[in-house]
Formats: sequence, structure tokens, C-alpha cells
Amino acid sequence: MERCYINGAGCVSAQHTFEGGFLENPIDYSDTNIIYVVKPVYKDFIPPAAIRRMSSGVKNSIVASTIAMNEANVKELQGIITGTGMGCIQDSEKFLDKMIEFNEEYLTPTSFIQSTHNTVSGQIALKLKCTAYNFTYVNTGGSFQSALLDGVMQIKDEGKNNILIGGIDEIADYTYKLYQTIGHIKKDGETSYDILNNRSKGSVTGEGAVFFVLSNEKKENTYAEIVDSNIINNLKLDKVDDFITEFLKRSNVKIEEIDAVILGNNGDIDFDTYYDEAEKLFEGSEVLYYKHLFGEFMTAPSLSVWLASNILKNQDAPKELYRNKMKSADKTFGTVLIYNQYRGKDHSLILMKNV
Amino acid sequence: MEDRIAITGMGIVSAIGMNAAENLMSLKGNKHGISKIEHIDTTLKDKILVGEIKKTNLELEEILGLPALNNFSRSSMLGAIAAKEAIGDAEINTEGNTSIGFVNSTTVGGMDMIEQFYDNFLEKKEHQHYIEVHDAGSNTDLISEYLGINGFVTTISTACSSAANAIMLGARMIKSGRLDQVIVGGMDGLCKFTINGFNTLMILSETYNQPFDENRKGLNLGEGAAYLVLESEKSYKKRGKTPLAFLKGYANANDAYHQTASSEQGDGAFLAMKSAFEVANMKPEEIDYVNAHGTATPNNDLSEGRAMVNIFNNKVPDFSSTKPFTGHTLAAAASVEAVYSIFALRENLVFPSLNFVENMKEFNLTPQQKLEEKEVSAVLSNSFGFGGNCSSLIFVK
Repeated sequence: MERCYINGAGCVSAQHTFEGGFLENPIDYSDTNIIYVVKPVYKDFIPPAAIRRMSSGVKNSIVASTIAMNEANVKELQGIITGTGMGCIQDSEKFLDKMIEFNEEYLTPTSFIQSTHNTVSGQIALKLKCTAYNFTYVNTGGSFQSALLDGVMQIKDEGKNNILIGGIDEIADYTYKLYQTIGHIKKDGETSYDILNNRSKGSVTGEGAVFFVLSNEKKENTYAEIVDSNIINNLKLDKVDDFITEFLKRSNVKIEEIDAVILGNNGDIDFDTYYDEAEKLFEGSEVLYYKHLFGEFMTAPSLSVWLASNILKNQDAPKELYRNKMKSADKTFGTVLIYNQYRGKDHSLILMKNV
Repeated sequence: MEDRIAITGMGIVSAIGMNAAENLMSLKGNKHGISKIEHIDTTLKDKILVGEIKKTNLELEEILGLPALNNFSRSSMLGAIAAKEAIGDAEINTEGNTSIGFVNSTTVGGMDMIEQFYDNFLEKKEHQHYIEVHDAGSNTDLISEYLGINGFVTTISTACSSAANAIMLGARMIKSGRLDQVIVGGMDGLCKFTINGFNTLMILSETYNQPFDENRKGLNLGEGAAYLVLESEKSYKKRGKTPLAFLKGYANANDAYHQTASSEQGDGAFLAMKSAFEVANMKPEEIDYVNAHGTATPNNDLSEGRAMVNIFNNKVPDFSSTKPFTGHTLAAAASVEAVYSIFALRENLVFPSLNFVENMKEFNLTPQQKLEEKEVSAVLSNSFGFGGNCSSLIFVK
């Protein structure tokens, strides 16, 4: 069986993650319940005529995937696999708005075509003239992890050399309001959105596009190795322990060997309890958080893989990833585990190692 | 590595039947399901024909025995009915069995409910429970919960090839040893969003769709859901279950030509078929019947036809498109047609392409026009979609 390495990573997020460097002076978002991405200079990556037609998710994906491909220095891919929770929701809204406002008259195909969930993977294939395997996963909080699992299978079991995987979600105004109305997003006007220290109903919403080149070949610029990953749709609170220990057993890794665990805490009082359960297992590990810097969205776990990649490569975790910035001194990172769940569902584990 | 992927159960709902037996009867009896729209309030009602399932949402809720307050979309109800039949057919028990996977696919998700209540969601509290089923995956979750599936669950959306990719992923999960049993397929209910979307692309036919005909005018949208239960050899042998058929080949390729149109020579389609033959370790001449994608749009049939002429080196076996029976059921199309491909193997039948009159002038291809009985040992099924997605599956006895 082959090993699976991350040889390139591109990340468009609410932080300056696409210009090199690793989270130096991160932006503080503890005063807002909606966090948008820091916009890249799109014209450096996309022809101006195309920029106007594309929704932000597509544009961010082109930027992030280009960076990942450049870093990995690959021209040819054997697969393009994306995950997206809400898909191209900005174009869905556009088409719906018009369809309803004009009673099914005066509609044009552009926003319908671009609303299709596989728009991003299709656009990247078109841009690269890549006729290889092309997949899009749309499984709520497990969308990106499904893409990752597929990519890992291709590299480890199916003899592929280079696979591009990515997770994308974009904020759309009306849909944001709807999800806030049903309590998935925190109310306006709360005194603090410091989600690691204050829990309330819902999460702070965010967006992003994060891409990786997975490869069977270790190179000088390799970030890390993905050892294993797993997803299940449902898990009872008292089974978090079993879920994690059984997963680690599969890879012959002991709890004590986990140097850092990255948890998906998003400040939701109803579901962060899952992370409390997980945290109990990792007394000797560094516990890291990230959604306070990026917001929550269905494919947010793609950010945790980006963080783990950088932590393993740089052998350092920025202090802002620690609760209350309480960073341990001189820590080395050999093995990192990522645990995420989305509103109590789509539980996932990803195990990564340094190379 | 597992090498034989068995199909041990299947379930289907479409415009020609609410279960597998009804679908087979309609196919044998040349009974199509194309009609005017009855259940959707759209201004295009009288302009287009569709493959609509003649059940209201309330009737579907009754079939499933759902409580009055539920947030099932039409797609997820169709999905639950078909998946339930597949599980029953396979005689597997989902309760407490975490080794069963579920790979669903859809393009519309909960859009039918979102579009109904969209502009007054904020004011009307009584509809707000539908908001959280907008995204595709939440609809898969509803079905998982209904059927008691706990374990590996995911959802794929690759436009009109979605279910083929769900079938392919399921097979790969078994081959890699990650799963022993997996329910795979797709679902899509009709909704205004898709009807209007396809209408803006000007590929909807005002009359009955005519695949591979010189005068084809476009497609009839349809709705439905279908699922297969895929199982490893070790698993079905252990429990003494006789498989219905085997999935021998599968492949996915991208046309990389245009976001919505297929390349004129059908490069992606050719590549998908070629790779599926390689996976199956079979030669094109071993295929007895091709269940074509055959949407009856000018673009698809030309592109697919050319790809078939090329892959079969001008000796295209008996082929047909069953979309004149069901309409184009989008994400479900490949699993609906997988079920029909398995019917072909089990009943030794080749199903007709209805409404065909005249050969296309670009090549000399005449689809099967009458139900034919003959030995069918291997079937190729194609599915292509927006975003350049092309998938091919090969089923054998």
C-alpha cells in the first residue's frame, strides 16, 4: 500500500492564508457573527472577463487550487475531487430570486448553470483541460472529509500519483438570514462572539476555499502525511471515546502519541459538548482550536487540514490556536489528530504525521 | 482486495412504477410515463411534458408513514421508498449494523420545499423546519434516519451522472475492504428550479423525447429514485444470499470541454467507456446491450453516438435509451438505468427506445425499437452530466 502525502496547499480564508507565512498576526473576529474571506487579488489568477461571471466560491477555488498546484509543482492530475456543503449558493439564490420575482419569466441560464454543485470541479477541469476522474461530494458537514477519503483511497489503494482535493463554501445573504432564523447561526447583538469562552445557540458563520495536492511521492516541499481518515453520520455523546480509540487502533497509534488534537469548537452550546468529551481523552496533548479565527461552515474542516499541514511542516503552532493563547513552550509535532462534527452529525477523524 | 462486486438488492420508483415489479411490467408492456405536469405549480405546465410520478407529497408521506410534521423533501421521500425496497430485496438488517454504508446522490436536495416557501420563510414560522433541508446532505440524513442507517454515509452531486458515481464509489469502498455492504444510488424529485433551469437552456422538448432521432427536439425531465445494494463476495456467501448480478466495470472521466455541453466527438464519453472496459477486463464486443444516456438533446445524442461508434469500432451492439419511458431523472438516472440493465440481464431482454423514427444523418445508428428477447450476459450503461462529468458502468450475469 502506498503512502499519501500533502505536497501542495492553497487556502483562501478569513485570514491571510494565501500569501505565504503561517498565521502571523491573525485578525481577531470575536466581535462578529459573520466572517467573510480576505479577498485575494483575483486578476492575478483569473482572466478579467471570467471574474465577473464567477461567484466568490468559484473564484476562491480557482485561486486556492492554483496555489496548491504551483506548490506541488504538478501539471497533470489523476483526479479532481471537491466537497461543498451548500454548493454554489450565491447563484442558487440569484436564480430563485428571479424565478419568484418575475413568475418564471425573463430567466437566463447563467446562474442556473453556475448553481450546479459540481461547478467548481468542472471549472477546474476545464481550466486544466483535465479529463481525469472528477467528483463532487455534498454531504453537509462531511463533504470535504468525503473528498479527502476518496483522494486518500486513490493514492493509497488505487495507484494514482497526484489528486487535487478541495473544500468550498460561500456565504449568501438570504440563506445566511434563513439559517440564523432557525438558530444555526448566532443572533445579532450578542455581547461577545468569543466562541471559545462563551457558548450560546448556533455558530459564527464563515466561508472559504481550501485545496490540497495529494501525492504518493514524498518531496522536499511535502507538508505532511495523511495516515487515515474516517467519517460516520451519527454518534452518541458517550461513544466519542470509542470512536476515537477504535480509529487510532486501526493505525496502531496510542492516545499518548498524539502531539496535538485540533478540535472544531464553534461556540454552539448544543454541540460543543462533543468536543468536551474528546478533549478529556487528550490530557497529554496540545489542544488546538481554529473556528474562532475562521468561522464555521460545512467544509470548515478543510481549514484544520491546512493548519495541521503547516504545524507539522513548521513544527510550530501559532499561539492564537490555543485557548486564551496559552501556548506550551518548545513543543515538537509528530502526530496530529483532527476531530470534527457538524451539529452533532457527520463525525470525522483525520490522522496526520510529519515527514 | 475484493474483486467481485455483487448486487444483492434493488429498489426503484419512477414515472412507470412505484417498485421494481411495476417498472419491469411497464418496460415489457411499452407503457411510458410521460405526461403533462399535475403536481407542480409552474407556468410551464402546458408547454412541456415530463416523467412525473402521479403521487402527491401527502400520498408519499402516507406510503412512508411519516408524521404530519416532517421535513422530507419530495426527493428524499422518493429516495426513502426506493432505498427501503432495495434493503428489503437484499434481506439485510440495518438496525444496529454499523457496517452498512449508504452513498446517496442528488442534484436538487430540498430545493422543492425551499422554492415553495422561499420568499416568506422569515415571516411564516410554520414552514421554517424546511430551511435546514436545503442542502443535499441533509436529505440523505433524513433517509438514513428513516432506515436506521448508522455508519459511513455520504452524498455525491455530479449532475446527471450522480448515481453512476455513487455506484462507483460504493464498489471502490468494497474493493478497498472498507465496507461489505453498501446502498448506492440517486434521487431527484421534479421542482420548478430544475424545470426553469433546463427551460432557459432550451433543451426541453414540447413533445415526447426521441433519443438518437434525426428530428429530436430535446429532453423530457423526469423524477425518481433507485438504489442497489452492493455486497462483497465474502459477505453474500457468508449469509447465503444469491446475487442478482455483478458490477464488473466502472469509470469516471471528464470531458473538459464546456460547463454544460458535451464535446462533438464525445471525448469524455469515449474515455469513460474505455476505462470501464479496462476495469472490467472486458472487450467491447462482449457487450450485448448498451443502455445509453440518450437524453434526446441534439448535443448529447450526437456526442454519445460518436463515442459509441468509436469505442465499438463501428459495430455498436443493440442499444436503447429508456428515457422515453421515464424522462430524464437527473441524479437518479444512472441508478434507474442500472436497475433496467439488471432487468435486461435477468430477463434476457433488450428494451426499446420509444418514439424513434429516423436515423441521425451523422452516423448509421438505429436504436432498438421493439422489446427483444435474447441472451444478455453483459450490459453497458452510460451517464453524462454538466461539468463534463461522464460515467460508464458494466453489469454482468
